[in-house]
Amino acid sequence: MDGYNFAYLDEQTKRMIRRALLKAVAIPGYQVPFASREMPLPYGWGTGGIQVTASIIGADDVLKVIDQGADDTTNAVSIRRFFARTAGVRTTERTAEATIVQTRHRIPEAPLRDDQIIVYQVPMPEPLRWLEARETETRKMHALAEYGVMHVKLYEDVARHGRIATAYDYPVMVSGRYLMRPSPIPKFDNPKMDRSPMLQLFGAGREKRIYAVPPYTTVRSLDFEDHPFDIQRWDQRCALCDAGDSFLDEVIVDDRGGRIFVCSDSD
Amino acid sequence: MSSRPLLQVRGVTRRYGPRVGCREVSFELWPGEVLGVVGESGSGKTTLLKCLSAQLVPDAGAIVYDTRDDGPRDIFALSEPRRRLLARTDWGIVHQHPVEGLRMGVSAGANVGERLMAVGARHYGRIRGQALDWLGRVEIPRDRIDDLPRTFSGGMLQRLQIARNLVSRPRLVFMDEPTGSLDVSVQARLLDLLRGLVAELGLSVIVVTHDLAVARLLAHRLMVMRGGAVVEHGLTDQVLDDPQHPYTQLLVASILHP
Repeated sequence: MDGYNFAYLDEQTKRMIRRALLKAVAIPGYQVPFASREMPLPYGWGTGGIQVTASIIGADDVLKVIDQGADDTTNAVSIRRFFARTAGVRTTERTAEATIVQTRHRIPEAPLRDDQIIVYQVPMPEPLRWLEARETETRKMHALAEYGVMHVKLYEDVARHGRIATAYDYPVMVSGRYLMRPSPIPKFDNPKMDRSPMLQLFGAGREKRIYAVPPYTTVRSLDFEDHPFDIQRWDQRCALCDAGDSFLDEVIVDDRGGRIFVCSDSD
Repeated sequence: MSSRPLLQVRGVTRRYGPRVGCREVSFELWPGEVLGVVGESGSGKTTLLKCLSAQLVPDAGAIVYDTRDDGPRDIFALSEPRRRLLARTDWGIVHQHPVEGLRMGVSAGANVGERLMAVGARHYGRIRGQALDWLGRVEIPRDRIDDLPRTFSGGMLQRLQIARNLVSRPRLVFMDEPTGSLDVSVQARLLDLLRGLVAELGLSVIVVTHDLAVARLLAHRLMVMRGGAVVEHGLTDQVLDDPQHPYTQLLVASILHP
């Protein structure tokens, strides 16, 4: 597109973001500060993810963008079109064809390979924020690996609901060292992050943080010995494709309370 | 009983710019001993307590604590992770206002269990069992374990704060005006409870208070502070019944006797 650099961001900005990405990959789970730019979409719509994608995308890449698992929602459509126009790259709705998958709230059901990169849009990167408001203090807690208090949150869940009721953005330990928020993916997707061949990059635009999980890195979900981590299960199958092993959304289909369960991943 | 002091304080001084918080304070605290620090507002009591509990770094002097593993160590020469671990496990800090010492957004049980989880407890059933046990010991009904602290009364909050600190079996507890914000009948019950726990667990305590009645009930020894310096130091009964320093005499004479 005339008047814009390839993939919208200028080359200096891309270099700055790539340096942050390299550092993030070198220290799995560590939040690297970066000079997040204003993007032509509002905070909360994926400004972090879009900057990461813009910095790593090349002319040969094939981009897939999903929002809540779907390729056809507003956010996914507009980000996909943004890169089609500013970078002229090929886009796809097929997970297997993509080289870069930018995502909000899901990891695709089809396993990703070692030649694919997944970019997460992160609203709130700091897992300790709910109990400690001071950034200086949370950084110190990360530095000293003082993560015991994170279990206070899980304790509250079990005390109130009889089980760990956190269903999304479920905290994980990366490579046995850094506590990380996996962005608001359902905990159903947490096991897909563990020792996965894909490179996982996380961008938080408003909070100005980038972090990463390199391929084949351990990602362990926090739990109690007597209340182990478990994923959601359904007693239904997908009403459209009959899949029995995917994350299902409940969809109301009429005014009389009729409902069906369908795959959240539209691929 | 150990043959050396648990805490040795030598010449601790802390300034706030040109003003003096506390000046040249030295004393020793022995295992199982309760030391009262009394004095009027602004006399440096709280500054001293914050230095001793490593919340403030003193400008001069040394604070040597007899650690469980390696014997006496200057707490400010320890690495930061070790100092923080010490403060979370071997020490307890009871604040005047429970809101500063509690997590108001999580249940009573989680407040008591936090220190256990911070040092690696990962078994929900056992954490809860210990929390229940400690609520019982500080006379909080066991069925309040899942209630939020903000539904508790002032006296219960203070007892909850004590349970939250004692669950990790500390050897040294710092208390800053523990009964300061309570009415007298609740104060009396709390003091009874504290006396019982201190005797039962063999705790060493440094209690800062401006209330001489609290000092008389709890403390074995007293330190009287004024203008940042210690003006008198001795056994509690001795200091209160036969004060030597003019300021102590004034302090004792200003107690109202109803």
